[in-house]
Amino acid sequence: MQKLGMGQAINQALREEMRRDPNVFLAGEGVGVSIHLNPMFPTHGLLEEFGPGRIKDTPVSEAAIAGLAVGAAEAGLRPVVEIMFNPFFTLASDMIVNHAAKLRYLSGGKSAFPLVVRMKSGAGIGAGCQHSHNLEAWAAHCPGLKVVMPATSADAKGLLKSAIRDDNPVIFIEHMGLYFAPMPVPEDEYTTPIGKAEVKRPGKDVTVVTWSGMLGVGLAAAEKLAQEGVDVEIVDLRTLVPLDKETVLASVAKTGRLVVLHEATRTGGFGGEVAAVVMEEGFHNLKAPLRRVTGPDIPVPASPPLERFYIPSDEQLIAAIKEIL
Amino acid sequence: MQVSAEKQREMLWTMLLSRRFEDELMELCKVEGKIPGMMILSTGQEAVGSGACAALEPEDVIITNHRSHNHLLAKGADPNVLMAEIYCKRTGCNKGKSGTLHLAVPEVNAPCTSTVVGAGPPIAVGQAFAQQYKGEQRVTVCFFGDGAAAEGSVHEAMNLAALWRLPVIFICENNVYAGAQRYEEHAPNPSMADRAAAYAMSGVAVDGNDALAVYHVVRKARERALAGEGPSLIECKTYRCRGHGEADPQHYQPKEEICAWQEKCPIPRLRDDLISQGVLTAADYQEMEGRAETIVMEAVRFAEDSPYPSPEEALEDVFA
Repeated sequence: MQKLGMGQAINQALREEMRRDPNVFLAGEGVGVSIHLNPMFPTHGLLEEFGPGRIKDTPVSEAAIAGLAVGAAEAGLRPVVEIMFNPFFTLASDMIVNHAAKLRYLSGGKSAFPLVVRMKSGAGIGAGCQHSHNLEAWAAHCPGLKVVMPATSADAKGLLKSAIRDDNPVIFIEHMGLYFAPMPVPEDEYTTPIGKAEVKRPGKDVTVVTWSGMLGVGLAAAEKLAQEGVDVEIVDLRTLVPLDKETVLASVAKTGRLVVLHEATRTGGFGGEVAAVVMEEGFHNLKAPLRRVTGPDIPVPASPPLERFYIPSDEQLIAAIKEIL
Repeated sequence: MQVSAEKQREMLWTMLLSRRFEDELMELCKVEGKIPGMMILSTGQEAVGSGACAALEPEDVIITNHRSHNHLLAKGADPNVLMAEIYCKRTGCNKGKSGTLHLAVPEVNAPCTSTVVGAGPPIAVGQAFAQQYKGEQRVTVCFFGDGAAAEGSVHEAMNLAALWRLPVIFICENNVYAGAQRYEEHAPNPSMADRAAAYAMSGVAVDGNDALAVYHVVRKARERALAGEGPSLIECKTYRCRGHGEADPQHYQPKEEICAWQEKCPIPRLRDDLISQGVLTAADYQEMEGRAETIVMEAVRFAEDSPYPSPEEALEDVFA
């Protein structure tokens, strides 16, 4: 099996979907001619294959990029646009929140907006808080948007292909920390369904629900705890909206314990939603109070020791698990 | 360029229909509980939508804003389903989900009414991009106000449209007021059309109360767009005779100013012009008025007789 970083897996997904469907086009700042010559970046080499008619380099203009996607999607194309970093979502958010998400509803179901907004996110590169900020909870809170956050290269490829084929606006958030880490990706054509979580590691003592960049932290903690005889089950949500409650609740029914782990800040974070679902629909299965392990309520700092402090660690997760065992 | 008598009568007709339609709304929204939400009218500005839409073909797309009734009727929207939507009934064009402010009528290529000020232009850019991408011979018109022109999104859209030579026509209805602010209080350049130069695109100001003048410049902009010459900015100088909404007492608009503009009403202007050209008689005009009355009263009846959606229909149409 090929081993790819998430950026390369995304590149394959884009390439395959553009070959498959002439209505798919890409737009964004530097999606064609990038300042990065690095082939690990998601849109590397696409301009050469598909040309400037379908790989549209845009001005630095997030509202226009997102508006382009909204209008073109309504008119029958399948735009995949890139907003360089998740915090810049704020500049595109009128088009996404007030238009992409709502215009189908406002039209009484007459129009559809099959668009994908790809964004990089996550702490770990020392870029500071205007480049590293996970805003998935903002998107998830907005009805009409699907929200996808893959944690592996294979999932990124399969989920992006599904997102491109989906008739709804999909917010696709890519963790920068995963771009360059080689992970196995199947060679054959496949898609990964949106709205299905996956048990990435089975276990019987405690459930850890996580997504995106925190999957690695969860798995590392599970390995350490396994040596102490604690069997941790790791559920990777993969998609926040729609939320696969079934898989989460089944896991909690099995283990009786839950820790939700995410990198985004705590207050109003999506972990609260997962926790609330389990309290409402799975409380009778809980043997102990649930816990959240999240980033603290601060903007992401740049200095390495500060940023390391920000990012939830396997030690923090282990401590939280031990509290409820 | 000679405009056919039929085309001129079409402009007069859609102006008249819009006026009668909105005059009725003006009364209806005074009745407690009849029409939910706000009511924003285009009284006196009908020459813009009617002149522009007459210059378009059915396959052309319009993107409009909160002052949309005239634009949509001029584009050919069915008055019954518009009225029913304004009443928020199930038979409305958007099943009661949009109300008067967000009327979307994809059937006549009017897929989006955005009430976020300045949001139309980026979406129009997307529509025009799709037209260019597919090699279609059609254009997108985006109506927005002078107030919207202060939004960054309008700049971003014009910049991109001009850069990619997209077939989009930006029509700024400069109606002097943005909320309670006069034009010169929110825009430093007395000419909105001048902004086109900044994007190296065609910019022209026109008397927005002259439907024929609007028709001519839009027709020309359409030809340029289809010839691959890119977008145009058309500033239609007109006046907001009603308030920002019907709840607005217009205390900041001088009475004499309103009266002076009412004198420049685009409807009798075109009517008299057509009569003097000999392409319309007073009797024809009376017949038109009668027809508008019948259509609007039928639309009201249709809306009133229509059921509201059942509450659980609120859960439908979120996702495709």
